[in-house]
Amino acid sequence: MTSETSAQPARAPSPLEWIRRFLAAPAVGPFLALLLTMAFFSLKSDRFLQGPNLSLVLQQVMVVGVLAIGQTLVILTAGIDLSVGTVMAFGQIVMTKFAIDQGFSPLTAIALGILACVAFGVLNGALVTGVRLPAFIVTLGTLNIAFALTHIVSKDLTYPPGTSGASTLPSQLLFFGRTFTVGHTEITYGVVLMFVLFGLAWFSLTQTAWGRHVYATGDNPEAARLTGIKTWRVLLSVYTVAGLMYGIAAWLLVSRTELGDPNAGQTTENLDSITAVVLGGTSLFGGRGTVIGTLIGAIIVGIFRNGLTLIGVEVIYQYLVTGVLVILAVAVDQLTHRRRL
Amino acid sequence: MNATPSSTPTLELREVSKNFGSVQALQGVDFEVRDGEVMALVGDNGAGKSTLIKCVAGIYSIDGGQILFEGKPVAIHGPKDAAKLGIEVVYQDLALCDNLDVVQNMYLGREAHDPVFRLREAPMERRTAETLKSLSVTTIRSVRQPVATLSGGQRQSVAVARAVLWNNKLVFLDEPTAALGVAQTRQVLDLVTRLAEQGLAVVLVSHNLVDVFEVANRITVLRLGRNVGVYEKDKTNEREIVEAITFGAPAPEEAGVEA
Repeated sequence: MTSETSAQPARAPSPLEWIRRFLAAPAVGPFLALLLTMAFFSLKSDRFLQGPNLSLVLQQVMVVGVLAIGQTLVILTAGIDLSVGTVMAFGQIVMTKFAIDQGFSPLTAIALGILACVAFGVLNGALVTGVRLPAFIVTLGTLNIAFALTHIVSKDLTYPPGTSGASTLPSQLLFFGRTFTVGHTEITYGVVLMFVLFGLAWFSLTQTAWGRHVYATGDNPEAARLTGIKTWRVLLSVYTVAGLMYGIAAWLLVSRTELGDPNAGQTTENLDSITAVVLGGTSLFGGRGTVIGTLIGAIIVGIFRNGLTLIGVEVIYQYLVTGVLVILAVAVDQLTHRRRL
Repeated sequence: MNATPSSTPTLELREVSKNFGSVQALQGVDFEVRDGEVMALVGDNGAGKSTLIKCVAGIYSIDGGQILFEGKPVAIHGPKDAAKLGIEVVYQDLALCDNLDVVQNMYLGREAHDPVFRLREAPMERRTAETLKSLSVTTIRSVRQPVATLSGGQRQSVAVARAVLWNNKLVFLDEPTAALGVAQTRQVLDLVTRLAEQGLAVVLVSHNLVDVFEVANRITVLRLGRNVGVYEKDKTNEREIVEAITFGAPAPEEAGVEA
């Protein structure tokens, strides 16, 4: 390395420059959307802004939020993961079944459940990089494989079977549903874990070389390869970490619902995780986006579901709204960042 | 530091061959370039220029022949191997990531980080600015702006600056002026001259013979994957080179048979 050279220190930016940077920052748009959404629902319902309700929103968000971390990584590489929901469902069935039926220790059962999801991530990644299949098709396939396995392994039963009343699941599986209180508001450990995972994802994506290679691979894979980045390795790591996230989400879901449900993860999780990523400003073409945006996007999705319920809108209309929301978000992204030809 | 006698070529290719299935992209090609000189590599489309570059850059492996770097035979299995030797390539499409900023592109794949894998942004930013300055690239407002916001000439400058950032010995430039206007072409040609003046070996691949004659010391002509010849710029002219490119040399009647 060259020794000290006389470079002039960076000038302190002017206030105007700060404002410009603020408005140009990637997560500002989603953040303003979040404020608007919150303003809307707080006008419509008195209960919306109260601590317990906001805490509930976060509890509802934690599963989709953690799924959306994995989804963000995949979409940043210009892929998409449709298998999120059913892979998570498979993970929670493995966890609960192994803990109850097979007599594994709770932590082993959890590890096996997470491992099952990681295995799906590795499979997705191997097919995308090794066989060079489009992520859309690969994950559509693994969506159905995970769905089938979930029902075969569970024999269509929920775990513990015939759940009503207090869950008989070991406490370790329910840990992230436990709460502590701040003021008068109860906060679950799962929500804390979600924030920690978002923090880790933020660090990895913005502060490490690995993160930069993820962006480069999604932005211009050919250029990334030419600079010596092993893009197949980057992609494989991304799908593997995504699988890990789905496994952790499975644990969170078990903690929250206190059961392993073979029918979980089929309807809302896929769309919600993709909606969260897109609302957060991440481009479906890859190479552009932030995990902080995804967090905000996940909270927006959660607020919509919660707020619409609060003001008495039927559940089926929530699907309608989320559907419109995701198309709208992609359209806005397209119009503001037209690709050069 | 560099004790290499100038009589040894920085890079030498001996009888290098490369096939793609039944297509022989390079057939026994010889090539050399020395420190401080600009060697032009010219030829029509399909002559094998890009293939030759990618063989030296480690993108393709060679099927026959030998690559010598500073007189020693070397095996180049990937871009990292080439980089380790001190060979850099500026590709025609520049191989830049539009959404990454100038610093991020300059250090892509070779980021500096601390023991806990945190990127060392400050030194990377400083050296990027210094490198651009040393090449007299002054039009880029901020090294933190995404490459997508730069003009064609600025993008080319970033790509060239990336190639010299690493104290390299040899830089390949693939059609560096193809997409540029007059003023920007001027800038880039000045840049090419400056690289050679700094003692680097420079290979300029170009279709534009005006550019070639302006900055090159010698000219290697390829045709259909074979050597036609090496010409001293001062002892040749554009007509001779055009003939070499289109018909091969020195016997035009042979070209008639092949075509």
